Amino acid sequence: MSEFLAAFFTVFNVMLFQNTLRTATPIVLAGLGGLFTDHAGIMNIGMDGMMLIGAFTAVMGTYYFQSAFMGIVLAIVVGVLLGLFFGLFVIKFKSDEFIIGVALNIFAGGITIFLLRTLTGVKGAFPLPKSLGLPTVSIPLLDKIPIINELFNNNSILVYICWLLVIICYLVVYKTPYGFRLRAAGEHPQALRSIGVSPDFIKYSASVICGILCCLAGAHLSLGYLTQFSENMSASRGFIAFACIIFGRSNPIKVFLAALLFGFFDALGLRLQNIIPANLTLIIPYAATIFVLVIAALQSKRKSKLSELKLNKV
Amino acid sequence: MSNDIAVNMKNITVRFVETLANDDISLSIKKGEIFAIVGENGAGKTTLMNVLAGQIQPTLGSVEILGSTVTTFSPTAAIKAGIGMVHQHFMLIDSFTVAQNIVLGHEPKKPAKFGIFFDNKAAVRFTEDLIREYGLEVPPNARVRDLGVGLQQRVEILKALALGSKVLILDEPTAVLTPSETDELFKIIRKLKEKGHTIIIITHKLYEVMEISDRVAVLRAGKLAGIEETKNLSESKLASMMVGHELSFESIPRDETVKTPVLDIKNLTVSNARGLIAINDLNLTINSGEIVGIAGVEGNGQSELAQAITGLRPALKGSIYLNGIEITKQSPEKIRKLGLAHIPEDRIKTGLSKQASIWENLLVGKQRRREFAWLKLHLRRDKISKYSKEVYNQFDVRGAGIHIPVGSLSGGNMQKIVVGREFSFENTRAYVISQPTRGLDIAAMQFIHKQIINKRNEGAAILLISADLDEIFMLSDRICTLFEGKITAEFDPKTASKEKVGLAMLTHSKEEVCENS
Repeated sequence: MSEFLAAFFTVFNVMLFQNTLRTATPIVLAGLGGLFTDHAGIMNIGMDGMMLIGAFTAVMGTYYFQSAFMGIVLAIVVGVLLGLFFGLFVIKFKSDEFIIGVALNIFAGGITIFLLRTLTGVKGAFPLPKSLGLPTVSIPLLDKIPIINELFNNNSILVYICWLLVIICYLVVYKTPYGFRLRAAGEHPQALRSIGVSPDFIKYSASVICGILCCLAGAHLSLGYLTQFSENMSASRGFIAFACIIFGRSNPIKVFLAALLFGFFDALGLRLQNIIPANLTLIIPYAATIFVLVIAALQSKRKSKLSELKLNKV
Repeated sequence: MSNDIAVNMKNITVRFVETLANDDISLSIKKGEIFAIVGENGAGKTTLMNVLAGQIQPTLGSVEILGSTVTTFSPTAAIKAGIGMVHQHFMLIDSFTVAQNIVLGHEPKKPAKFGIFFDNKAAVRFTEDLIREYGLEVPPNARVRDLGVGLQQRVEILKALALGSKVLILDEPTAVLTPSETDELFKIIRKLKEKGHTIIIITHKLYEVMEISDRVAVLRAGKLAGIEETKNLSESKLASMMVGHELSFESIPRDETVKTPVLDIKNLTVSNARGLIAINDLNLTINSGEIVGIAGVEGNGQSELAQAITGLRPALKGSIYLNGIEITKQSPEKIRKLGLAHIPEDRIKTGLSKQASIWENLLVGKQRRREFAWLKLHLRRDKISKYSKEVYNQFDVRGAGIHIPVGSLSGGNMQKIVVGREFSFENTRAYVISQPTRGLDIAAMQFIHKQIINKRNEGAAILLISADLDEIFMLSDRICTLFEGKITAEFDPKTASKEKVGLAMLTHSKEEVCENS
């Protein structure tokens, strides 16, 4: 019994929740980006590729300029370009967004490996010295409170920026004129055009925001804790972020909570590796994705039925 | 130019790749006038108005709005010049409130907090002011998706007024409205006229032109066929101007027919797609050689009734007999074999396969016949071709032959394909016909009406469901009003008035109708 308890506490302790916050961050960032394109009526499944490219450019930028800050700046610039590139095909040329998304993911996998090998001559993973990682932020008074300190203090700066962004995105989407136009562009682009507002411009802006946030998510992945780039390191987190957007119905707060849930499963998988074979534990976040999406689908079915019943009674 | 001219269009020519949509049209519209533009489908009405609204750049010609010449053709420029367009398909965001829709594009911002946040209270205030100014009642905080069509249209009008429109273009505004909603709309239009607004109304319906407009422009095949003061016109004069030759408005001859019950509906109860009762304990008998018209506001069970009879939707209770044989639980295919044909309400979604060719669409339902399929396996293209061409010519379809996809035809010609197919099943005794002429022009409409009456004269039993009350009156031998899934009253079209039928469409029981009459 005591053996079991000991094992239990090696998994379920403060570290688990700290890991949750850490692993959730890239999913939150990508999810925040993706909800902009989702509101603008673009189905963007290319977030994973955007993340991967973001992770790569952040490491490369850091390596060449010897500064994590420049790595982030480069990732943002590439994010803007990726967003414009995606928008060009989907909005201007009206290609199928699904196919462009798939193409972007495949392209990202190939180009990062190709550039990694040609630029650095390294195969597999390209580590940077730990000192080049993102700075952590320590909040002065917090270190006096035990658990809170471990959870919320001394995280990488992007984690705090990410929390701030959740609130900013919520305000932008629901409380600003831009947010209104964004949602209008997704629901009825013709309506916007008829009053002289270009829905395409709004869609481009959403695509660019998505590109930036996905690349930031990638930057956090490669610079946040590990300070290295490894091939295909996004590991389908972009798709998990997509699941969060669906589960959270594109509401930034709900997407954040959904991402925390996935982050928890991810962290759980990592910590269970000490007890259960790693091959099995790595399934956990993906299995959770499927499970949660099924629940979301069932719920939306029930809800639409309910609201229709209500409508009919009126 | 004197300054009482609102819109002056000179020599407007719009050329699309192969066709001349507008051919040298010149007209001027006075301030404070209700100006109607009529014409058949494809006559160029909407194109002309799209030029005015800045959505199309004319190939040739110039436009002057309220005294200033238009230099750039864009929606923004047109709005600035004072043009507002109320589209046939509403340009509203369903999930937003009325106020949010009205301020979209010029959202008020909260002055505090750096002026970046949307100010919902100011939006509501703005909307309330607008409502008060024009007397157009709408709840500012209601979500658009919860409003009826009539109210949604008001929101569209308010939206245009909020942008400062002096000239309002209404594109087929009554197509979706009930008679009483149409009356309300006309009141609004007159009120706007009093306030000095100019109203341009595009329509098909001639009696509406006669009722509301001051002047009329008739377009025919892209050309201006004439501009007249409404008071110098009659409906039949207008119709012949539209078509280009005299139209016979006499009713199509009706033969005396022997009447024996063919389609018998007993205590029928049907639920709709959401599982709610749509048809409630309905009884109806349709005799041979008679057309029974179902009048009603859309959404009172018309679709479900047609689907239940044709086997597309199961009945919860009750039974349907065709020539004495129960067809309630039969498959659509079996029901067709027993002698029932169906013209569905939506020709594009259920009536046709848009990508398939004309001959394929005409063949459907007969593809297993020995004459068309060798051993029911291999289609005999020569025989099918010959047959399709016959139907194609007999039903006067205008298109580029039977091998092109149905989707490339105009609405009227598409409908002729549906009617042609359904009316060429030999042993059919009963027809369920829904919205046969929705969105069609006068010539196509008359053609289809004639076909329907011919079938009646041949002794078929016909159930006609239509949202167009004129059509119901013109074709039916009996009119039944459908309200909330029940038949509320029965009328003889020769003696009943439209008002009475219209009232019965909106009330529960026969007594209420009688009290009011």
